Amino acid sequence: MAMAKQLKATGEEAWKNNVEKVNAELFIFTYGSLVVQLVKDFEDYSAVNKQLDKMGYNIGVRLIDDILARTGIEKCGDFHTTAEVISKVGFRVFLNIAPSVSGWSADSKEFSLILDDNPLNDFCELPPKAVQDGLWYSNVLCGVIRGALEMMQMQTEVWFVKDVLRGDDVSEIRVKLVRVLDEEVPVGDE
Amino acid sequence: MIHSIFIINRSGGLIYHKNYSSKIAQLSSNEALTLAGTFHGIHVLASRISPATRGGDTVKDSGIQTIDTKNFRIHCYQTPTGIKFIAATDLLETKLTDILAKVYVLYSDYALKNP
Repeated sequence: MAMAKQLKATGEEAWKNNVEKVNAELFIFTYGSLVVQLVKDFEDYSAVNKQLDKMGYNIGVRLIDDILARTGIEKCGDFHTTAEVISKVGFRVFLNIAPSVSGWSADSKEFSLILDDNPLNDFCELPPKAVQDGLWYSNVLCGVIRGALEMMQMQTEVWFVKDVLRGDDVSEIRVKLVRVLDEEVPVGDE
Repeated sequence: MIHSIFIINRSGGLIYHKNYSSKIAQLSSNEALTLAGTFHGIHVLASRISPATRGGDTVKDSGIQTIDTKNFRIHCYQTPTGIKFIAATDLLETKLTDILAKVYVLYSDYALKNP
């Protein structure tokens, strides 16, 4: 657990010193209006979910370089370390929250991130139709995690399991490692 | 005294290069692309054939860090995502890792966030 403490310290130090901060409310409201616009454009909540995930993916592939540059973290030895880094450093640096890692599967290929309070959800209420049709409001976070891990040679599936806006008590994101990529040239990059 | 900088992405393509002194040969853009591709290739080779792996196989070798010649030195810093920052300097510079790491921070701040 010394490593976890060290990661936590890295995350907090990076948050304090190395990161430019924006007003939280501005950020939250901007995200909210983004989701509203997507809902208006697509009118189908599962399409909105996919679009949020895609946007998150594009953000994730760039975000990973940002966080590696700032914190100087080395490549993780195993998936447990990866989970710790995501929760203690990644979320801390970018959203200043500390989700907890739990729900490890037997083969250590899946885990859950439990977010007690998701800042994106502040000031937000979902209309009943959105809840019914399965809108995951913070789905962009799933895309970010997926994009970032793919740049670290891990192909993953990331999805929301529980969301406070849908009436659950905490938000839960499930991350599953599909396979470890082996130095492949990224598709569409030639 | 840094002569030039190259930035190579994870598939070996050159994304940036700049000359900072007039002493070094001026490369045409084609030559620079070839150089980047060649360097990427030898970098991968070096990390694969490394005879030393640290007590297990989860940590791969870091790849080429410096190349010395009679008149100048090439430094390379590879990020965990596969981006390589290369600087050609004179022999007085022994270790540019810190500077190249700083370049990495600036790169992620400005290049990646620019829409």
